[in-house]
Amino acid sequence: MDYKDYYATLAVKKTATADEIKRSYRKLARKYHPDVSKEPDAESRFKDLAEAYEVLGDAAKRAVYDDVGSRQQNSQEYRQPPGWEGGYEFDGRGDGGFPGSPGGGNHSDFFDAIFGRATSGGRGQRRPEPTVSGDHHAKVRIDLVDAYRGGHRNITLRVPQTDASGQTMLQDRTLDVNIPKGIRAGQHLRLAGQGSPAHGGEPAGDLYLEIEFAAHPHFRLEGIDVYVDLPVAPWEAALGAGIVVPTPDGDVQMKLPAGSASGRKLRLKGKGLPGTPTGDLYAVLAIALPPADNEASQEAYREMAKTFADFKPRHSLEGMNP
Amino acid sequence: MNNRGMSSVQVVVVENDVHFTLNELGRACQVDVGQLILLVDEGILAPINDGPERWRFAGAELRRARLALRLKRELELHVSGVALVIDLLDQIDGLRARLRRAGLH
Repeated sequence: MDYKDYYATLAVKKTATADEIKRSYRKLARKYHPDVSKEPDAESRFKDLAEAYEVLGDAAKRAVYDDVGSRQQNSQEYRQPPGWEGGYEFDGRGDGGFPGSPGGGNHSDFFDAIFGRATSGGRGQRRPEPTVSGDHHAKVRIDLVDAYRGGHRNITLRVPQTDASGQTMLQDRTLDVNIPKGIRAGQHLRLAGQGSPAHGGEPAGDLYLEIEFAAHPHFRLEGIDVYVDLPVAPWEAALGAGIVVPTPDGDVQMKLPAGSASGRKLRLKGKGLPGTPTGDLYAVLAIALPPADNEASQEAYREMAKTFADFKPRHSLEGMNP
Repeated sequence: MNNRGMSSVQVVVVENDVHFTLNELGRACQVDVGQLILLVDEGILAPINDGPERWRFAGAELRRARLALRLKRELELHVSGVALVIDLLDQIDGLRARLRRAGLH
């Protein structure tokens, strides 16, 4: 497994004081917190930061980590020393894992190898499964078309399960979920009784699934409206045409008005996300040029140039630099 | 686990179909209700009805409550700081939406 350079993650020197580590962590945490940051890799960056700070922000864990580091030969790969018996023992304070992601998996393999898996206690220590509360949360990613049509989808979650020996393993759990038509990104589904099992007089908890849409190669979602780039031929844009526009729910016939400029947005009312209110679909026109890669097509362009001898495409820019 | 595995289950959309009591929201957010009362006092959450026993939270408050609690815990913010961050995030979302509508994003 990869060796994790927690000092590099927190952008501090190995000799940094506890205060320096805390300051650097806070600064980076503000920058990469997934609720605040728009950096594309914010979630994984923040997870790395939280793990690094969980170790370096805790004097005991930091000492253990430094000891591991001093034995580290190769800077890339971490191997457990032979005869390793989980010799480090520490209390489980500072559980700084990043909640929200389904099924735990909050720490890297590297962290687990040194500090033990999932539960914050030492290795091999037997602990009951944490039962903080009966309700569980997970994020699930569905396709846009699922929101258009609704219907049953199998959703697989990774759930930490503690076995009799106290080891926590991730297990797959598949649920058949009826996705309601018109579900929106950021909304939550509540699955009654699918959280933690009933326990000591407490009823079974509920499972909350936060909906995300998988990125689509062609459709972009803006709230409840859907955008698609629609290439059209120059003559279609100039003369108008009946064209076919794809939507997540199937093709739609549309009349392209004559004289449509590139970038023009054509609205297909009610073809966005279903629900109340229903979204619209916008086809954004992009004029596609046929290639001039043979004599006949080049001649056609030359003909066009002759026909439009008075056309000044840069008319609006003229006189900018007198 | 087996009997809870591949079963079709009752699904509701929280934002459309659910109102939470204070206790239910605390359970859903996995926090003590005292923490939620702090969020209400700061104006981050806006329940209907008066008095914590009669409070009802709209389904959309679940996302807001969880966001507030994450910011508070993971950035070690005070509740008033959380309120400011959420207000600013709302403003940024609004501005981004305006940029997108103007085709500038």
